[in-house]
Amino acid sequence: MLAFLFRRVSLIVPTFIGVTLLAFALIHLIPGDPVENISGERGMDPARRERLLREFGLDRPLPVQYVDYVANVLKGDLGTSLTTHEPVLDEFTTLFPATVELAFFAMLLATIVGLPAGIIAALKRNTVADYAVMGVSLTGYSMPIFWWALLLILFFSVQLGWTPVSGRIAVEYDVPALTGFMLIDTLRAGDASAFRSALSHLILPSIALGTIPLAVIARMTRSAMLEVLREDYMRTARAKGLPQWRVVLVHALRNALIPVITVIGLQVGLLLSGAILTETIFSWPGVGNWLVHGVQSRDYPVVQGGILLVATIVITVNLIVDLTYGVVNPRIRHA
Amino acid sequence: MINTRSVHQNRKLLVAALLITGLAAAPAVLAKGGTLVYCSEGSPEGFQPQFFTTGTTFDAVSVPMFNRLVEFETGTTNIVPALAESWTVSADGKTYTFKLRKGVKFHSNANFKPTRDFNSDDVLFSWNRMADDNHPFHKVTAGQTFAYYDDMGMKNIVDSVQKVDDYTIRFNLKRPEAPFLADMAMDFASILSKEYFETMQKKGTPNAADVYPIGTGPFEFVSYQKDATIRYKAFDQYWGGRPKIDNLVYSITRDATARYAKLKTGECQVMAFPKPADLDEMKKDPQLNVLQKEGLNIGYIAFNVEKKPFDDKRVRQALNYATNKDAIMKAVYQGNGQVAKNPIPPILWSYNNSVKDYPYDPAKAKELLTQAGFPNGFEVELWYLPVTRPYNPDGKRMAEMIQADWEKVGVKTKLTTYEWAEYRKRSKGGEHTVVMFGWSGDNGDPDNFFVPLLGCEAVKGGGNSARWCNKAFEDLIIKAAQTPKQADRAKLYEQAQVIVKEEAPWITVAHSIRFDPVRKEVKGYKMDATAHHYFDKTEVQPSPQ
Amino acid sequence: MPEIAFTAALGETPAPGPLREFWNAYAQSRGALIGLALIVLLILLAIFADVVSPHPPNEQYREFTLTPPAWDAGGNTRFLLGTDPVGRDMLSRLIHGTRLSLLIGLISVAISLSAGTILGMIAGYVRGLTETVIMRLMDVMLSLPSLLLAIAVVAILGPGLINAMYAIAIVLLPHYVRLARAAVIAEAGREYVASSRIAGAGPLRLMFNTILPNCTAPLIVQATLGFSSAILDAAALGFLGLGAQPPTPEWGSMLAGALEFIQRASWVVTFPGLAILITVLAFNLMGDGLRDALDPKLKR
Repeated sequence: MLAFLFRRVSLIVPTFIGVTLLAFALIHLIPGDPVENISGERGMDPARRERLLREFGLDRPLPVQYVDYVANVLKGDLGTSLTTHEPVLDEFTTLFPATVELAFFAMLLATIVGLPAGIIAALKRNTVADYAVMGVSLTGYSMPIFWWALLLILFFSVQLGWTPVSGRIAVEYDVPALTGFMLIDTLRAGDASAFRSALSHLILPSIALGTIPLAVIARMTRSAMLEVLREDYMRTARAKGLPQWRVVLVHALRNALIPVITVIGLQVGLLLSGAILTETIFSWPGVGNWLVHGVQSRDYPVVQGGILLVATIVITVNLIVDLTYGVVNPRIRHA
Repeated sequence: MINTRSVHQNRKLLVAALLITGLAAAPAVLAKGGTLVYCSEGSPEGFQPQFFTTGTTFDAVSVPMFNRLVEFETGTTNIVPALAESWTVSADGKTYTFKLRKGVKFHSNANFKPTRDFNSDDVLFSWNRMADDNHPFHKVTAGQTFAYYDDMGMKNIVDSVQKVDDYTIRFNLKRPEAPFLADMAMDFASILSKEYFETMQKKGTPNAADVYPIGTGPFEFVSYQKDATIRYKAFDQYWGGRPKIDNLVYSITRDATARYAKLKTGECQVMAFPKPADLDEMKKDPQLNVLQKEGLNIGYIAFNVEKKPFDDKRVRQALNYATNKDAIMKAVYQGNGQVAKNPIPPILWSYNNSVKDYPYDPAKAKELLTQAGFPNGFEVELWYLPVTRPYNPDGKRMAEMIQADWEKVGVKTKLTTYEWAEYRKRSKGGEHTVVMFGWSGDNGDPDNFFVPLLGCEAVKGGGNSARWCNKAFEDLIIKAAQTPKQADRAKLYEQAQVIVKEEAPWITVAHSIRFDPVRKEVKGYKMDATAHHYFDKTEVQPSPQ
Repeated sequence: MPEIAFTAALGETPAPGPLREFWNAYAQSRGALIGLALIVLLILLAIFADVVSPHPPNEQYREFTLTPPAWDAGGNTRFLLGTDPVGRDMLSRLIHGTRLSLLIGLISVAISLSAGTILGMIAGYVRGLTETVIMRLMDVMLSLPSLLLAIAVVAILGPGLINAMYAIAIVLLPHYVRLARAAVIAEAGREYVASSRIAGAGPLRLMFNTILPNCTAPLIVQATLGFSSAILDAAALGFLGLGAQPPTPEWGSMLAGALEFIQRASWVVTFPGLAILITVLAFNLMGDGLRDALDPKLKR
């Protein structure tokens, strides 16, 4: 077990080095430089351009810049944003809770709806219910998120006026950001209407972002359940005369859940990808939005730091999934 | 608080800010009438008027919280007294003397309580801080430079600034410069508090003064959450009279559709930059007033005259004839603009209305092309704007239409674009053949259009994307800048416009009209000529429903 | 495919050929058939776009800008699905867009399938340091959100249809590498490989002639599903203004270019989105059907 753990964790080191190199290479390969971005139609005084390049440290050779960057990263310093002059790490930690909150609710929604849907499809195999669940989930899986988000806004916000169009909370509430999680902050502030406002702002983005994971979970649950239902111990359980719901929930689901949980874990990377589009459309002040702006404004430290942090999160979550899987299923360990 | 995260260095301020925000959130204060919410289009780059160049930043910083010596009257480009009550210009046009207003108070915050009123030390400080590389506060904020000051070439204009007495200050220029007064009304010339910077210096955090703004303007800073909200409150001791609203909130909403939806639901009362496509619906909405104003801008297509075949005037004229500007006005601007015939918009003084534009006439275009030796047209690359700009809502659509128009006279157009910064960089380097561009004036002086866009100096800087340097034109605009009287200057600019039309370095496409949709309960809001949003005279009256 | 051949041998007499057997398995699923039919239809549309479309895709009918679909009030039967903001026929543009979307799918999947298979086979066959380097690189790529990676690649190469295809190919790459490697490792230990090796087959021959044909099933399934991700990603890039350049009628950029009219003229936004959805759905249906038919282990 320990050997497995060690082997799995040690794999991460080269991946991290790769990520820093990739992040660094990507941003420097992109044409356009951050100094140019600061100037508008007017153009920039050449002396000021020189001075800015020097101050940003962009006049040095690339390998020097890279080594410097990595050295700073190891010290926990990801640099400061060229546009806002805030430390990248601080910007990330301020915005990250917003993304986590959104991703959490998207996953919650996906699980709450996807899991039962998958179970029903498996139990009522080859019935209308099964076809409906599979059809809807495949449609959800094929959905262009940006279009779907727009349709949701058009229908629920503009036509029906049920939900707000964008943002995290109505502007009249000024909730001190203690945890950065709007729902927790509003609760701590004890303001019920602010909490309701925050919740209503979460609905549409969560649906938009949760649609694909929902489809994946429903499909995965269905096939895992089908597999489990055929196992011998299921027949035994049924033969013992246990009630159907007990057989399903206690015996089948518990065993079917393992692959499903894995799938949920592996959705994290996908979620962050989806968050880029979702946050852009709903003006959600999160990490995805921030990164896209960073790329657009050639904010080198933001893009490098952002990629590094996002990659770290994905790698860590995948590692945790792998490790738990290894614990649950010893066969994996020796693969 | 500015970014909750940098606050841990400044606990005191955090507490203060929390107290203030706590108050602001209390329902009693929030009762309609007291608060105006403005849906703005983006986060400011920072809270210092001297460092930045975007309208978004000015709208959030210099407009609500700062003053200049002179300012533009809201809604016009007329220069009116502000922190200076009056001024005189010497006969040679090289010395400007300002008499300052007395009894002007600065804002305060948790770390700073002003002990004195505004005086000439503050003016001297604000200017020299930008101008003098050795000024103790020139470099307190690393990585920031005085962008507008540098890029306007102010160091070639102003020689020195002199304090005559506490309420008199004198600017000595290197050369006569008629647009100087208009320059002084621009955002970068906002007046900072010298005392505030020195206080912060003593506390060991001099750059805090660049982060937490203290000005003399109608609103005081309360708090800021990046990409979400900026909060201000009315400044009780504002020299121009306390604003009628108690609280001003900027709700930062990047997407125009979202801004519109918030305006509709009453989540905000004024919105920035509506999409042209939404305007018809907005105008029909009984809850909204859609204010409009001719924009101080120009959208144009520039031919690189250094490249063949655009060194030939006939080719440039031919493509002017070949472009259906009325169709572009309808499909791209949705009719919310006016077809342009001059490089400056009609609301700017010296606009020459007798200039005759090239009408849409493909036959005439073909004839000119044949004369120039291109009976079967040629192939050309047109660069189109990758972003929405105030002067051009959709560069891509405009390019597609021009492509179809030119096709009819045999000119095959390839459409190309680059990322916005890259686009500007490459076009400044003169890599383009034909490029789509535009300009929003920032000080209401015609000089602000002609010199940076069509002057010979601007060929080197790259702002002149036609790379067109015409001796007769250049002489006129240089002479105009050194002529003191506006009426005399106007005559020179009028002649310059005739030359531009005849030589056709550009297709002058359109001047856009700007719109500010506001809810009916908003009273006393006036649109500004330079696209800023002023709320010092605005009221919110509870709607009768 | 040994498994399929094996199942076929067990079947009733007379044993149908492997292709027949595969078809029978595939045709069991109604969804798979629908998917296949849709794809055939889309391919036909793409091939005969010039014949089928009522108008040239880039012709601007300036007096008919933003005409609603024919069945709406104010619609015009000349423009069945209405026109866009510069008066181009939506239907014709959508039909020509099919060509682009299928092309994007085909080319990006082809690039990444071939490159991915080769890299994966090398990793699986050579093992050692080569494998580590390749697989770590794939880990790095997988640890970034795919859209962000695509945005970065397009930002480097410059916007455009071809560059978007490269970007998508790069983003899809790790999946094929992983699959091919796993398949090679699994197959390398089998007896038929060992006997080929004893018979004197060189490593290249062993890899491509012996092992590859035996691990095509998962690659085919992944390639089909890759089509749908490619089309989705291309649309997302187009939506962000990084994909096809004007006046190309690519669905994602059509949608983005008309976004401002979503409230006033919803057809300019809904139809391109619907086209993307239907195409992606068709490929996913077919991919599911192929997986069930080709991979008996997953057959339920």
